Amino acid sequence: MNAATEQATRPAAAIALADAGDRSRVLALSGRLDAYSIATVWREARAAVMAAPNQPIVVDATAVDYCDGGGVAMLVDLLRQPRAAAAPVTIRGLKSEFKTLLDQFDPQAFAAPAAPPPPQTRTVEDIGRITAQLFRDMRTQVAFVGETSSALWYAFTHPGRVRWKDVWYECEQVGANALPIVTLISFLLGIILAFQAAVPMRQFGAEIFVADLVGLAIIRELGGLMTAILLAGRSGAAFAAEIGTMKVNEELNALTTMGLDPVRFLVVTRILAAILMVPLLSLYANLVGVFAGGITMLSFNIPLVTYFKEVDSIVDLKDLLAGMVKTPVFAILIAGIGCLRGLQTQTGASGVGISATRAVVSGIVLLVAVDGIFAVIYYILDI
Amino acid sequence: MSPAPASQPVVRVEGLVAGYDGNVLLQNVSFTVDRGEVFVILGGSGCGKSTLLKHMIGLYEPMAGHVFIDGDDIVTAEGDARRAILTKIGVMYQSGALFGSMTLLENVRLPLEEYTSLDQGAMDLIARMKLKLVGLDAFCGHMPSEISGGMQKRAAIARAMALDPGILFLDEPSAGLDPITSATLDALIRRLAASLHITFVIVTHELASIYAISDRVIMLDKRAKGIIAEGDPKVLRDTSDHPWVRQFFRREAEAATEAA
Repeated sequence: MNAATEQATRPAAAIALADAGDRSRVLALSGRLDAYSIATVWREARAAVMAAPNQPIVVDATAVDYCDGGGVAMLVDLLRQPRAAAAPVTIRGLKSEFKTLLDQFDPQAFAAPAAPPPPQTRTVEDIGRITAQLFRDMRTQVAFVGETSSALWYAFTHPGRVRWKDVWYECEQVGANALPIVTLISFLLGIILAFQAAVPMRQFGAEIFVADLVGLAIIRELGGLMTAILLAGRSGAAFAAEIGTMKVNEELNALTTMGLDPVRFLVVTRILAAILMVPLLSLYANLVGVFAGGITMLSFNIPLVTYFKEVDSIVDLKDLLAGMVKTPVFAILIAGIGCLRGLQTQTGASGVGISATRAVVSGIVLLVAVDGIFAVIYYILDI
Repeated sequence: MSPAPASQPVVRVEGLVAGYDGNVLLQNVSFTVDRGEVFVILGGSGCGKSTLLKHMIGLYEPMAGHVFIDGDDIVTAEGDARRAILTKIGVMYQSGALFGSMTLLENVRLPLEEYTSLDQGAMDLIARMKLKLVGLDAFCGHMPSEISGGMQKRAAIARAMALDPGILFLDEPSAGLDPITSATLDALIRRLAASLHITFVIVTHELASIYAISDRVIMLDKRAKGIIAEGDPKVLRDTSDHPWVRQFFRREAEAATEAA
């Protein structure tokens, strides 16, 4: 018989209630008692048992054709209900093969709830726990910064000991493979920025100064920051998930027991790759963004030559350097946070997901905060 | 637990050809499993035991051939028909594959939530009873990460039994377990087969488990790309004149057979 039609033609479970002459209540069950078909019967049977607390209950299973774990669970549920001694629940007529299943369980063992409710915590206790967790987290971060700095210094003083093959692989992942998304976002950023500025400036006949705005905004600020935010979402999450999965699979333990430092092996290579790639991608994003602004200005009758001449007149090397100096710092933040979150991963698949999320969120927050610090420093130094 | 007559094979594999990326791993494999039988698929590493199991439960599509579960072809079934077949089987994966974000009770309750309209209390009771069957009723509220590997496998069996399927597929149930836990699991399988009349299809290469639990075995070999022996494992061990079968049951090293 076809499986779908078989399920549709299963004999339904049924219940009939009647009062017997000896003042007992009879629940006559019939048909097929399995998990798929007993939901209604179960509810009715339980309600009937609870509605007659002082009446003996007889569950008549003579007409039950089939009874599996689901049906047995229903019978156990009826038997476990608290009753007066003079009003017990009894089962009669259950076929021997089904009775064998029922006899495996003591109904009273299931009378209590499955697990005690979780202990209630107090607000003060919660605050204390969160604070302690915060300090533990900070301690881990300080230790990680120390270990990573030491490993980076070691790599700087012993370049031959760096796993350059891994570094180049990560460069490809972080840099070359990110080119399409960086191109798209920078291009759209340039176009949107130029267009939003050009519309109001046209009212004053000042469209040409859009080149100044786009050039300065992208080269000093947005090119690097947007690239870093993109990579925090892309590579930071990837680092956290990759290292997190390695931790769950005990690969980090394997490295440690082989005498290999996971920080040198996994973190240094990723940070070096990010330091090499983020400035290059930022420079590329600057070019694409400024060029996209020029494309937009064509529709406002400003030729590309005029646009680029204006950009050249307002943006000098100092602006370019002000934007580029930040990028290695961004790189260290993205890779460092991604790796740290990966190393902090708890067990299980959800642990890896939580690490990736934390890597992206804390990475972006730190990027914006550090960018703000740079802005203040530049203001004080009049750069 | 299905209404089909006992004489009818509950699983029938016909002319199965399986492999990866065009490479054939199993060539023209055919066999049947009878209702209520503890049937073991055995063989050395890389011979295609787990691949065969994954084709039998419909995870992989075979290059050719059919797998009939209770008379329905899982290879060609789609939609509701496929879901109906899947309610007849339960699967325990090698790692247990319990959902890490759920307690043991929630893991076992999940199939009941998806396939039945039972109320919360009823589903909880069924889940607790399944966990009781595998001796884990005291761990209902535990997360999988808080229990041992052997307990995870037992919990995975409880989850596989949630909907009372007639057939349970177990992939390497004893792998990585200590002898006592492994023997406990073997005893559990025999007890469930005897009391609930469940058909077991088990993939393993643990000799002690094979002797303890199996009614009948098939032996796969990667050189033959298929079945090289079928029958009672003790009889095969004592009487088979196939060198690869003897090698497996006598735990002889690869070189010893080649030299012989």
